[in-house]
Amino acid sequence: MNHYLKMLLTVALLVSTVTAHATVNVLACEPEWGALAQELGGDQVSIYTATNALQDPHQIQARPSLISRARSADLLVCTGSELEIGWLPILLRQSANAKIQPGQPGYFEATAYVQKLEVPTRLDRAEGDVHPGGNPHIQTDPRNFLPVAQAMTQRLSQLDSVHAAQYAARHQAFVARWQAAIKRWETQAAPLKGVPIVVQHKGFPYLERWLGLREVATLEPKPGVEPNSGYLTQVLTQLQGQPAKMVIRAAYNDGRSSEWLTEHAKIPNVVMPFTVGADAQSKDLFSLFDTTVQRLLGALK
Amino acid sequence: MRYHLLGACSLLLLAQPASAASDADLAQIRADIQQMKQIYEARIQALEARLQQAEGNANAAQISAKQAQEQVAQVAATPAPAAPAGSNAFNPDISLILSGTYGNLSQDPDKYRMTGFIPGGDIGPGKRGFSLAESELGISANIDPYVRGNLNLALTPDNKISVEEAWIQTLGLDHGFTIKAGRFFSSIGYLNEQHAHTWDFVDNPLAYKAFLGTQFGQDGVQLKWLAPTETFLEVGAELGSGTEFPGAARNRNGVGSVALFAHVGGDVGVSNSWRAGLSYLHAKPHNRSYTDNNLAGSEVTNAFSGNSNLGIADFVWKWAPNGNAARTNFKLQGEYFYRREAGSLTYDTSASALTSAYASSQSGAYLQGVYQFMPHWRIGLRQDRLDSGHVDYSLNSANLSAANYAPQKTSLMLDYNPSEFSRFRLQFAQDKSRQGASDHQIFLQYITSLGAHGAHQF
Repeated sequence: MNHYLKMLLTVALLVSTVTAHATVNVLACEPEWGALAQELGGDQVSIYTATNALQDPHQIQARPSLISRARSADLLVCTGSELEIGWLPILLRQSANAKIQPGQPGYFEATAYVQKLEVPTRLDRAEGDVHPGGNPHIQTDPRNFLPVAQAMTQRLSQLDSVHAAQYAARHQAFVARWQAAIKRWETQAAPLKGVPIVVQHKGFPYLERWLGLREVATLEPKPGVEPNSGYLTQVLTQLQGQPAKMVIRAAYNDGRSSEWLTEHAKIPNVVMPFTVGADAQSKDLFSLFDTTVQRLLGALK
Repeated sequence: MRYHLLGACSLLLLAQPASAASDADLAQIRADIQQMKQIYEARIQALEARLQQAEGNANAAQISAKQAQEQVAQVAATPAPAAPAGSNAFNPDISLILSGTYGNLSQDPDKYRMTGFIPGGDIGPGKRGFSLAESELGISANIDPYVRGNLNLALTPDNKISVEEAWIQTLGLDHGFTIKAGRFFSSIGYLNEQHAHTWDFVDNPLAYKAFLGTQFGQDGVQLKWLAPTETFLEVGAELGSGTEFPGAARNRNGVGSVALFAHVGGDVGVSNSWRAGLSYLHAKPHNRSYTDNNLAGSEVTNAFSGNSNLGIADFVWKWAPNGNAARTNFKLQGEYFYRREAGSLTYDTSASALTSAYASSQSGAYLQGVYQFMPHWRIGLRQDRLDSGHVDYSLNSANLSAANYAPQKTSLMLDYNPSEFSRFRLQFAQDKSRQGASDHQIFLQYITSLGAHGAHQF
């Protein structure tokens, strides 16, 4: 027995010391943070994204493939605010990777750098999927990417100080392009100001604040709770007195309740990409917001 | 700046020896100073103008930078409010599982036995009628920067408390190593590590009941190593007291049980993921006693001493369209068990106490599929089959028979999950564990969890 154990240890140590890192291994919990890390890190980073745009980032299991990616990650970039509460803690524990544990430079939570909306004043599971830290879907407002990008650049420079100048330069270039893009999107989206909308899941408070959209109804009676027909009828009745221009949902959401509303309220049903990679048009961060704004404007016509 | 120059000039003036200076000299000096003053003032004015201009430029630059920062400021986080102070701020995560069952069994559960297998502990199908299942209280937190602690207490319906798990585990020991110590469910097989409330059926497969006494817990240490590869590969070893079935209570120094396991896993495309494993468990029970019926049909207590070696092969395959399990998903899992035991068996320990050689090789397996056909609803089917294999009682075959029987069980379940934290289940089963007595079982069950968010284990 002792003999086997020794052999095992020797092999393990050998393998783990041989693997030297030329680049920063980034494990991104969601595609938007993977895309941002790519913008800021360029060739210096190698990115693996744990989820895709068609997956509900909360409903993920700590799959073996994710555990092995967490094992070799130098930097973990996640949303935080309990979005990944079901699976990230297991990944962290099973990864046996000291670098990415909470509090270490390798642990990065995007929501720590932006002002959260919908911070609950009452914590009770009877209220559905409430997030104690506030609504985690911060990626629907492009302005949120500025403080996150700044913090992520600092983190990359801290982990890989040799390339700090490159990160700083890439950051500066990104910020310039991003600010110009925000200006462009804001100009394009001007007609959306004050437009009443219905959302399927409470996933868009940041988008609404940014573009001045007015959320008049939610198809889920409580966050994460699917509506029954009675509740949908109630929403429909409400919309007769307070009409909305469209109903929006994320690409990964089940479309049935939105489609039902489209059919009965005769308002367009808009599938938002929600993050990078949801459809052919939303292939990076810039085209994500191009698509977002275009979809909303398209539904307004 | 100007005052400094003037000051310097006055000092210069004072430094002149007053006695040596005539009126004409003084006038000359005054004129010179006046001239110098004018020149400097002009220069200073020019410098000031330039400074003002530069300041203006800087301001302009600052204003545009400010505009950029404004966008950040609109959304950037304000410093978090001061953390709550007080002695309870470090309270650990607490979770509580509440569960209950209604059982309708056609055969008497008190007479449950698995024909051809030595029973390991309480492996019956549960009570008839309403019964409370174990309420499980979980407490866990990081202890310090190095270890995490976890306690799982099972509060049993007959008002007892048992410690299911109580362990400490290293936090990011690095190089892929994790060490766990205390009482823990062994990592052998696939289902062994999972707590009852996460099972896809009301009960554990027959193979777990027959070979592990439902679930194998170690009091000992575990060392696990995760390979730095893209494909998941984990190997581990456990040393334990070996006091739980297939081991037995012992009063000896050293190691009573050894477990080795290896798991591999990965994804196939975006919709499929899998894990497979091989495990080995060795125990050395001394006087592991159990009750059985002898050839005359009366109940006797026997005891086994010797070596017990168990091998397990397991796999699980999960499918969800685009990897999004929220709407539909499917899970296929199966495990195969093979056990050899060799040593001595004492027949009727309380009376005749005849000891002779004993050897057995037995196997078993189960295969199950669970399909979530629409949000919140799942249906599952499980097939169990054991093979009593070869049992050699040697001289004791005069009193005990080696039944050649293959216990089987078919279970069908339907569950409804209103939220992530609650589950209601209906299960039908036909249990042919007992030769010649097929047990038709109907179960109704609720399982709920409150407190800390449950883990989405694979």
